[in-house]
Amino acid sequence: MTVLPEASTPLVQLLTPEGERLHHPDYDVDLSDDEYRAFYRDLVLVRRIDAEATALQRQGELGLWAPLAGQEAAQVGSGRALRPQDFAFPTYREHGVAWCKGVDPLTLLGLFRGASNGGWDPQEKRFQLYTIVIGSQTLHATGYAMGILKDGAVGDADGEAVIAYFGDGASSQGDVNEAFVWSAAYHVPIVFFCQNNQWGISTPTSTQSRIPLYKRAEGFGFPGVRVDGNDVLASYAVTRAALDAARTGQGPTLIEAFTYRMGAHTTSDDPTRYRLSSDLEAWKLKDPLERMKSFLFKQQLADATFIESVEADADALAARIRKGCLEMPDPDPLSMFDDVYAEQTVLLEEQREELGTYLAGFVGGGH
Amino acid sequence: MQLTLAKALNEGLRAAMERDPKVVLLGEDIGKLGGVFRVTDGLQKDFGEARVFDTPLAESGIVGTAIGLAMRGYRPVCEIQFDGFVYPAYDQIVSQLAKMHARSKGSVAMPVVIRIPYGGGIGAVEHHSESPEGYFVHTAGLKVVSPSNPADAYFMIQQAIASNDPIVFFEPKRRYWEKADVDTDATPDPLWASRIARAGSDLTLVAYGPMVKTCLDAAAAAEEEGRSIEVVDLRTVSPLDFDTIRESVRRTRRAVVVHEAPRTLGVGSEIAARLSEELYYEMEAPVLRVTGFDIPYPPSRVEEEYLPDLDRVLHAVDRSLAY
Repeated sequence: MTVLPEASTPLVQLLTPEGERLHHPDYDVDLSDDEYRAFYRDLVLVRRIDAEATALQRQGELGLWAPLAGQEAAQVGSGRALRPQDFAFPTYREHGVAWCKGVDPLTLLGLFRGASNGGWDPQEKRFQLYTIVIGSQTLHATGYAMGILKDGAVGDADGEAVIAYFGDGASSQGDVNEAFVWSAAYHVPIVFFCQNNQWGISTPTSTQSRIPLYKRAEGFGFPGVRVDGNDVLASYAVTRAALDAARTGQGPTLIEAFTYRMGAHTTSDDPTRYRLSSDLEAWKLKDPLERMKSFLFKQQLADATFIESVEADADALAARIRKGCLEMPDPDPLSMFDDVYAEQTVLLEEQREELGTYLAGFVGGGH
Repeated sequence: MQLTLAKALNEGLRAAMERDPKVVLLGEDIGKLGGVFRVTDGLQKDFGEARVFDTPLAESGIVGTAIGLAMRGYRPVCEIQFDGFVYPAYDQIVSQLAKMHARSKGSVAMPVVIRIPYGGGIGAVEHHSESPEGYFVHTAGLKVVSPSNPADAYFMIQQAIASNDPIVFFEPKRRYWEKADVDTDATPDPLWASRIARAGSDLTLVAYGPMVKTCLDAAAAAEEEGRSIEVVDLRTVSPLDFDTIRESVRRTRRAVVVHEAPRTLGVGSEIAARLSEELYYEMEAPVLRVTGFDIPYPPSRVEEEYLPDLDRVLHAVDRSLAY
């Protein structure tokens, strides 16, 4: 199979893997010292959430976990670019975006533990529930953005925008391509944020596309850009610009965040069966946390005390997640009949009563 | 006012749109053309392109974006042009639309109506005559209704739009052009209630959508032979209004279910199973089914042999009464 010309593809980068600050004519950031430090803190905390959840799965407390290790910068960068009024439509791996949107990591664990199928109020958080069938959410995001347009809520800096997350694998789905068609046709305020982490479980991106994914946008009639997804500053700058274009009425943008899934697809996966360890080692040199840390040190924005304080915060967060997970109650079995419909049916009332009577028939009322 | 079933739907859509500015219509060719069956005729002209709009030709996109519009507070009414074209949207309907309310613990309502002209008998080409309601009846989280006459069409479409649950609204396309009096000031029956369309005492015919007229014709013919046949028009196919079905069959002690959809695991299977569970000792005969066959919808030159008609219904009535 022909090797894709990935190395020659232009990539927006504001931080080199060594933490050197670059400047880009179209995308740049001018952040305060505190904001740079806050990015680093987000990256560390998000990675710790991921590590703790992975450990909990290994200990039998979660049925499954989808690790994000390696994709922290793409998620924190894009997540922090969102304004409070912007609505995000995630896949099942957007733990970093969830963090930025104020979703308690513990509610994410509830989903993977089997305590719920959702767990948060999407309208309140402006963060839709995780979507497991890949690509489906891009159409929901498009429809939501159509609604924004109908409401007249675009056109200036206070306008609303939508961001739809998906991966390189989902880019092959009909729904994603339909979402591109619709968004272009109606010129809706949306940003398609594709994290190309190189792998759809065991399938490489080269099986999904013969061209760099960001180039697909041109065929649909809107701009596409590839950003270094391991560079939190570039991910932030590119997403912010695309969201602002959307909210001011300039239509959709496709962002391809070029990154790498450092862990397994999920805790049920074994990547040693299909990829080289040298590949992983090469990407470790581009680690999103290390480059931000190097930048902070080079710019004298942080010292060892700051790094230690972030580590302490991460430890405390991990402890809280662990405790909360272990204490999480199972749902009442009869609650499975609740909320199937907005208006309950006689049929489900009967079935609920049937199960309730059956369960109550056991000694002690349980089973 | 005399209205065809198609025009009654048109008037019902108009009334719903006048009542609630959040009601929007989307689908293929529903704007200037007014839909291939003209059900949305004139609505884009009167309500504007923001509320009645043509979509790209992609059914998954129609339902997928309707989900997003609903999240934004709209009440989308999707038109799927023909029954056999709904399958590209099946994943969005079953995996997304139907489950959203449950998985969000009730915080995200899905007031989405999916209108589908369905059924055969119009001499159409492949994929234009199917009865796919069983797939949706089997899907938790959806509700499925089908009007059989203009008055129900006028009110049921409005009730479906007002509901906060996702509803697949099956329109009996071969009855689109049948006319009847519609009193738009009448008080409609509840959406989730079946109706005794004709009273009788010897046997109950259970049907919905296009087969209600077939059953009413069969009952009239049977009357000439001295048989008193009751006809239940389900109206709601999911959830079933089993109280009405049970009450009728308890009186007549015989039941025949009629639908165009294939037999195996069709709506008739569920009705027969429940009647045997609940009225085993009261019925005089097993529940019989008159349905389409378990084959792909046939070429239209032989569809009359596939579709239940007056004679096949009467044949089943004879078999039931012979027990």
